[in-house]
Amino acid sequence: MPQEVSTREAYGKTLVELGRENPDIVVLDADLSRSTMTQLFAREFPGRFFDCGIAEQNMVGIAAGLAASGKIPFASTFAVFVPGRCFDQVRMSIAQPRRNVKLVTTHGGISVGEDGTSHHAIEDLSLICSLPGFTVIVPADAIETAQAVRAAATTYGPFYIRLWRPKLPLVNGEDYHFKLGKAVTMRQGADATIIAIGTMVAVALEAAEGLKRQDIDCRVLNMPTLKPVDEAALIKAAVETGAIVTAEEHLEHGGLGSIVAQVLAKRQPVPMEFVAIKDTYAKSGTSAELWQRYGLTAKDINKAVHTVIRRKK
Amino acid sequence: MPLSEGKNSLSMTSANNAKAEVFSSVASLAEMEAIAKRLRRHIITMTGKAGSGHPGGSLSAVEIITVLYFRVLRHKPKDPCWRDRDRFILSKGHAAPLLYAALAECGYFPVDELLTLRQLDSRLQGHTDCTLTPGVEMSAGALGQGLSFAIGVALAGRLNLQDYRVYVLLGDGECDEGQVWEGAMAAAHFKVDNLVAIVDNNGQQIDGWNRDVMNLEPFNKKWEAFGWHVLEVDGHDLAQLTQAFEQAKLIKGKPTVIIAHTIKGKGVSFMENNPDFHGKAPNAKEVEIALRELE
Repeated sequence: MPQEVSTREAYGKTLVELGRENPDIVVLDADLSRSTMTQLFAREFPGRFFDCGIAEQNMVGIAAGLAASGKIPFASTFAVFVPGRCFDQVRMSIAQPRRNVKLVTTHGGISVGEDGTSHHAIEDLSLICSLPGFTVIVPADAIETAQAVRAAATTYGPFYIRLWRPKLPLVNGEDYHFKLGKAVTMRQGADATIIAIGTMVAVALEAAEGLKRQDIDCRVLNMPTLKPVDEAALIKAAVETGAIVTAEEHLEHGGLGSIVAQVLAKRQPVPMEFVAIKDTYAKSGTSAELWQRYGLTAKDINKAVHTVIRRKK
Repeated sequence: MPLSEGKNSLSMTSANNAKAEVFSSVASLAEMEAIAKRLRRHIITMTGKAGSGHPGGSLSAVEIITVLYFRVLRHKPKDPCWRDRDRFILSKGHAAPLLYAALAECGYFPVDELLTLRQLDSRLQGHTDCTLTPGVEMSAGALGQGLSFAIGVALAGRLNLQDYRVYVLLGDGECDEGQVWEGAMAAAHFKVDNLVAIVDNNGQQIDGWNRDVMNLEPFNKKWEAFGWHVLEVDGHDLAQLTQAFEQAKLIKGKPTVIIAHTIKGKGVSFMENNPDFHGKAPNAKEVEIALRELE
C-alpha cells in the first residue's frame, strides 16, 4: 500500500515556499484556514494573509482587486462554496477580465464524507469549467498538488485547483514532473483506456490490476489538467485502445466525462462509459462507504471496462 | 485654493492633447458646472442614439463624477494603467454612459466614439468592460461587486506602499445586495482608509422607490454601525462634494462613505424622479427636448 499524504498540507507548505520566493503572493481564506491549511502561510506572513470571514463573495472580489493591482492572490475555502456560492463573482470579477486569481479549494467530491450533502462538492468542476479562460486542475496526490500550485503561481490567468479532505495514496514518484495541460500515462495498455482525475486515479490503477488478472490490458491516464484538456492524449488513447472509461468524484454531468466525450465525439468517436455520481445527492457516511454507495470503486470501473469492451466493434 | 479660483490645466476644447501627463485638473466650480452640463448632454445623445441604456442613474451621478475626474483624481488619460493613479471603480455599471462621457472629456478616447455606445464591436459596452475601454478599472453590471474589488485594490496599495486612493461609486438600490455589506464589514475590519465609497442615493430602483421596494433606512446609521466614517452631501452640489472628498482624505484608520443625495434623471424635467427612465433611452423627440433643457 503506497504512503498516504495530505494534499491540503502539500498546498499549505507550497504556499509558504512561494511566499518566501515572491513578495507578491498573498492569500485569502473564508474562515477555514485551519482546514485548507492556508494557516501555514498566515503564520509566516500575517501581513499578506486576509481572512475574509464567512463571506465567499467578498473574498472573491477582494482577490480580484488584489490581482488587478499586481498581486498574485490564492483564495481558498471548501470546493462546495467556491465556485458554487459565488458563481457570479467568479464569473464577472475573475473570469471575464481574466484576473490572475488562483482559487484553490479543498474538500472536493463526496470523500468529505460524514458532513453530508451540504458539504459535498459534486458540481464545482462543471461550474468552473463552464467559465471561459479558467485553467482547472485536479491533482491526484500530494506530489502533483505541490507542483500544480507552483505552476498556477507562475502562469498568468485564473486557475481553479481542487484538493481533498482525506490523505491520498501517492500515485506519482518523487521524480514526477507535472506539465500543465498534459495527460500522464500511468500505465500502458491496449484493450481500453481508463481516464481518471484526483482520487479516482489510484482507484483506476487498482482496477487495472484486477482487469489484468482477467486478461484485459488497460491503459490508465491521469488527466490533472481538466481544462484545457489534453486533446491529443485523448485522441491517441481512443485510436490505440478503441474504448474509453472516465472516472471522477463528481456528478456525471459537466465534469471529466462530459469534457472527454465532447472531444471524442468531434475527433474520434469510440464507445465510452462514465464512472461518476449519477444525478443525485450523496448522504452522510465514511468516504469508503460513500464511494461504494455512489459507484466510485475499482469494482465499478471494472464493470464499466467490461461494458465498454463489449461495445467495441 | 478657494473653489471659485480653480484652474484647469486642460484645455476644455482640445481635451486630447494631455499626453501621458498627470491630469492635474483643479477645475473651478464654474468650469465643473459647464463640464457637468456637457456630460448630461453626452448621456442623452449617447443613449438616444443607442436606443437603449440607463439615463436615469447616469444623470443622478453627474456631479459626483465631474468632481472626481476634474478635481480629485490623480490620473493620466494617456496612460490609463499608470501604476500610481488614483482608482475610480464604477460599481453601478449601468451608469456606463456617464463614465464613458467623463473619460472621453478627459481624453482617454475621442469624444466622437461616445456615439458607438452599445454597438457591435464598440469599445463602449452596455455595461462597463475593463478589457475593452481605456480607463475602466472593472467589468461591472452585476451589482454588488465593486466594493469588494475596491477593497482588494486598496489593500494592494497598502502592501505596495503606494499612496494612491481608491474611489468606488455604488447605487443605493445596489445596496440591497448582501455582498455590499460583506464588503462594508471587511473594509472597516481591514481599516482601509485609502478607500472612499460614494453612494448615489437617488432613492429609486427599477421597481420604484427604495422605501417601497426594499427599505434601506436608516441608511447612514447602517454604514456607521459597520464602522465607516459617514459624510452626507447634496450630490448635485459641486462645492459640497469637493469638500467631502477633501475631508475624506483626512480620515485615518477607517474607510469613508459619502452618501450623496441625488435625484434620478437630474437635469431633464421629464426624467427626474421617473423610474421609467432607469433603463429606457429617450426617443428622438425626447432627446430634442432634453438637449434644449440642457443648453
